[in-house]
Amino acid sequence: MNKNLIELKNLTKRYNGMTAVDSINLTIKENEFVTLLGPSGCGKTTTLRMIGGFEDPDDGEILFEGKLLNNVPAYKRNVNTVFQRYALFTHMNVYENVAFGLRIKKVSKSEIDRRVKRMLKMVDLEGFDKRYVDSLSGGQQQRVAIARALVNEPKVLLLDEPLGALDLKLRKEMQIELLDMQRSVGITFIYVTHDQEEALTMSDTIVVMNKGVIQQIGTPQDIYNEPTNRFVADFIGESNIIEGTMLEDFKVAFDGLLLDCVDKGFAPNEPVDIVIRPEDIRIVVNPDEGMIKGTVTSVVFKGVHYEMIIESDTREYLVQRTMMFPEGSVVGMNVQPADIQVMKRGDVLCSEEEEEE
Amino acid sequence: MQRRGRGRIAYPYVVWMAIFIVVPLFLILFYSLTEGDIHNIKDLKFSLNSYNRVLEPIYLKVIGNSFLLAGISTLICLIIGYPVAMIIANTDIKYRNLLLMFFLVPIWMNFLLRTYAWMSLLSPNGLVNRFLLWIGLPKLEIMPGKGAVLLGMVYNFLPFMVLPIYTVLSKIDKHVIEASNDLGGNSVTTFMRVILPLSIPGIVSGITMVFLPAVSTFVISGLLGGGKTPLIGDLIEQQFLSSRNWHFGSSLSIILMIMILISMAVMSRIDSSPEEERRKI
Amino acid sequence: MQKAIKRVYMSIIFLFLYAPIIVLIVFSFNKSKSRGQWGGFTLDWYIDLFRDRQIREALYFTILIAVLSTLISTIVGTIAALGINNMTKIGRTVVLNMNNLPVLNPDIVTGVALMTLFISIRMELGFLTMLIAHIVFSIPYVILAVLPKLRQLNKHTAEAALDLGATPAYAMRKVIIPEIMPGIVSGALIAFTLSIDDFVISFFTAGTSATNLSILIYSMAKRGVKPTINALSTLMFLTVLILMLIINKKNDKGEDIII
Repeated sequence: MNKNLIELKNLTKRYNGMTAVDSINLTIKENEFVTLLGPSGCGKTTTLRMIGGFEDPDDGEILFEGKLLNNVPAYKRNVNTVFQRYALFTHMNVYENVAFGLRIKKVSKSEIDRRVKRMLKMVDLEGFDKRYVDSLSGGQQQRVAIARALVNEPKVLLLDEPLGALDLKLRKEMQIELLDMQRSVGITFIYVTHDQEEALTMSDTIVVMNKGVIQQIGTPQDIYNEPTNRFVADFIGESNIIEGTMLEDFKVAFDGLLLDCVDKGFAPNEPVDIVIRPEDIRIVVNPDEGMIKGTVTSVVFKGVHYEMIIESDTREYLVQRTMMFPEGSVVGMNVQPADIQVMKRGDVLCSEEEEEE
Repeated sequence: MQRRGRGRIAYPYVVWMAIFIVVPLFLILFYSLTEGDIHNIKDLKFSLNSYNRVLEPIYLKVIGNSFLLAGISTLICLIIGYPVAMIIANTDIKYRNLLLMFFLVPIWMNFLLRTYAWMSLLSPNGLVNRFLLWIGLPKLEIMPGKGAVLLGMVYNFLPFMVLPIYTVLSKIDKHVIEASNDLGGNSVTTFMRVILPLSIPGIVSGITMVFLPAVSTFVISGLLGGGKTPLIGDLIEQQFLSSRNWHFGSSLSIILMIMILISMAVMSRIDSSPEEERRKI
Repeated sequence: MQKAIKRVYMSIIFLFLYAPIIVLIVFSFNKSKSRGQWGGFTLDWYIDLFRDRQIREALYFTILIAVLSTLISTIVGTIAALGINNMTKIGRTVVLNMNNLPVLNPDIVTGVALMTLFISIRMELGFLTMLIAHIVFSIPYVILAVLPKLRQLNKHTAEAALDLGATPAYAMRKVIIPEIMPGIVSGALIAFTLSIDDFVISFFTAGTSATNLSILIYSMAKRGVKPTINALSTLMFLTVLILMLIINKKNDKGEDIII
């Protein structure tokens, strides 16, 4: 396994009495693609800015290769940032923008030329050297910003919603290009976004944040399949979240139903939240063959699948299937034990209390 | 069609401009190129005499002095004013407008009064000298003279330097400065390579806004220079009001206009050089 | 440390800016006529000021000319801007270049050029010539303030009004004018302050029959110091200060301060 590169220990930041980042702990390994994911105001950008050296933490430590980074000014840190709106130098051409960091480090002219040219080639901007940055398109500016940061060969690249200003198609393309770049240069990326799809596509590790608190750390698969609380389940993908009771290990009850599941380790009769992803609900034509009986009340064609709302006696289920069941039809629904994710209830509330401390 | 037709409502103003803006300037050009009795147009003859007169050493010295003093005062305004603009731009938004307002209040006061105020401060028995005497320093005898004129120019035109620079500085994206830090620039490098180049448009318009009134003033030199260091403005005023030599006054005006035009062209070149490069590609 | 340096620097700058004004104010209450000596407190100069017929007349002319020239140049300038906005590109460039001449030319050149014109056409220098001169240099600023607002105006706004049954005059009155009002107001403010503050152009175009405050102050200052000027300065400074405070209060959230 790769060694630890950055460690955040009880990192805290407050603005006028409001806690933006609340005592978070996070370890980032070499060559990892880590995404900080959360709604706006969740503290993800603040965390990134503290690593970059643009905000001073009020409490806690930032360790870089085991050494304390807190009091090192931004210009001495071996990390580089791709800013949200690129923050390019409008008074310089593309070449000078990319060469900026190297010139400050007094790298020799021929070396600068070699590295800048190589970097521009990598980001597909060969021949744009003399262009002024505000004559470039959004996607091109984005590439300049990445080249400007990467040319310094930082150990870590910080990216603050780098694709936020691009349109959907370009964003998808850039996601793949960024991933390729990260693989080929082999450095750590810390990526901030509020777009869950982007996070799932690109990351080795996703850190879900809300209200300054880390909700869950895990691989995209972990986060999607096994959200640890209601917030994560709700924020990542679509889901049916149901309040229920964990009777004993592997047995969960809700709406008068008793279902098998694969979760354990709860107290007897502990109230829990149950997540069932819409694609995990199977529909059978004969209502009596299903665990839950319901009526289809709405059908929307989504391209790959149909999205249906099926109403049982007690609640509505969101279901995604490739086969369509017409509105009004009565059907049965089944869920595999492995597709039922049981979460402790109240994790979100708990963290909110922590915040007030 | 209809839109174009409505352009006609500007025609009366075009006529007005022709009469009160264009014709007067042509009159000046006309008088500068003639000699004779100005009240008798038939008597006027083409002549370059008044331009020749401008070339006499005594007048060349006056013109040189005007540009020198205006240049020095512009430079002083830039050196004093840039930090002021930076400090105001970096002030917390809550106090920034107030600070700016107090900086600008003096320019709202009548220009003559402000200059007059320095007359009483700088006179041989004025407060500045009393103060210097009191702390045991020698008298400051700059008024009337070049020193006082310079001081008056700096005092009156400093805000015109600060304001455009402040405007540009306050519009610089904070992230650009962070980007420079991020790429290894400390505060000195960041200033030299990012902030200063980005503020050049402000500096250029500041220089224009100070230099222009400074080079053509006759009030400041008249009140604070005491006639010892006449500037081109004083000369023009004299020719039109006391000597009544319109021909010479007109040629001086034309020379002043041409020199200002040249300096403005030079300044706008500096300002737009990146854009021009951009267009070349 | 850095903060302390900034504080000291700004204090020196403010001292430099305000010292002369404060001295004027203090000496406006000075019994002694000398400008270096304190001879006791008095309000005599203020009384003199109000008795002085010359000053009263100059003040009257200053305000009358400012009001009239602002009014005329705002109306003419706005109409001209509406027309210029609808001109072809070439026409617009020519007109705007002419319009910019008084803005870019040194005041003294504008002043002597107008004076030459007035004398050449045998117009006696006085109130009317001064008023014309003020209108000449004010209109360009009104146009420069109104034109950008017209550019911002959505072309379809007026068309929408016409589409809804408004006559062109009604659309102008109820749609276009209100939309460009901020530009008109700031143009009028610039015109007013330029007129109130003008010395150079008035100096050449006023002749002897009309005098504004600037000209009066200039001639008084040239002749020697009169403490009534101190009193006048004090009153003018206070007026400006109060006006600025009111504007700043109103504009608290706005970024722009009009110079």
